[in-house]
Amino acid sequence: MCHQTVGLVAGELEKRGVATASVTVLREVTGKVGTPRALFVPYPLGYPLGRPNDPELQTRILRGAFALLDRPGPGPILGDWAG
Amino acid sequence: MAAVFIAKLYQPTPRRALFHTPTVATLSDLSFKNRIFMAAYRYRRLDPVPFTVPRRPLSSARVALVSTGAVHLPEQVPFDELFKGGDFSFREIPGDVDVSRLRVAHKSDAFDQAGFLEDRNLGFPLDRLREMAARGEIGSLSGRHLSFMGSITAPGRLISETAPAAAELLAGDGVDVAILVPL
Repeated sequence: MCHQTVGLVAGELEKRGVATASVTVLREVTGKVGTPRALFVPYPLGYPLGRPNDPELQTRILRGAFALLDRPGPGPILGDWAG
Repeated sequence: MAAVFIAKLYQPTPRRALFHTPTVATLSDLSFKNRIFMAAYRYRRLDPVPFTVPRRPLSSARVALVSTGAVHLPEQVPFDELFKGGDFSFREIPGDVDVSRLRVAHKSDAFDQAGFLEDRNLGFPLDRLREMAARGEIGSLSGRHLSFMGSITAPGRLISETAPAAAELLAGDGVDVAILVPL
């Protein structure tokens, strides 16, 4: 349900001129909702930025999500994290 | 179709040998009860998908964080975990917050919360964004960030009230880019 909430809030932001980049661990749900830009990462539910107390990994995932902003539209854009 | 539905329900719940072993999340991570619910659930779909081209490069953009980890300040009213259909409210988290002070109201039994309780940056990565801003990868951070509770199964008032209000607030703050993290 958290992935649906993210997608719906992202949609409202995009409508108002705020570009969004989301993280997802549930590709299927994010695809169904049509979240404007989302980076799929291969981690369990509850671990969207990978691992606790691993700042380096967390930063790399954030960079991957932000990199989606460079892709041309239209959305939805569902990207895979290169690792 | 019915066969696929039934097959989804009967996937065994995987057991992880190590607590923090990263594995791909699938619907089979969920409990049987949650799996039945999610297999039958009709997700709301953005149609058409709203899409904004960023106004400026990230290195000069103002960035806000939106998390569904149900974090709140100790002095804020916690999210209501018993609200039928899910608490659709949100909390404003000030930009200068000490992330380790944030409380977590989430009580979803759908996922393992241990990592998030150990390190708030796993779902509310404000310290990581601060580091990126300090390095110049991000232009600046918004003066406030937003927290929702993700487990909203009846999103009617999220769609009609709180998601638009949250978006108005960040747009009014001059936010160029929002990063959203599900929990």
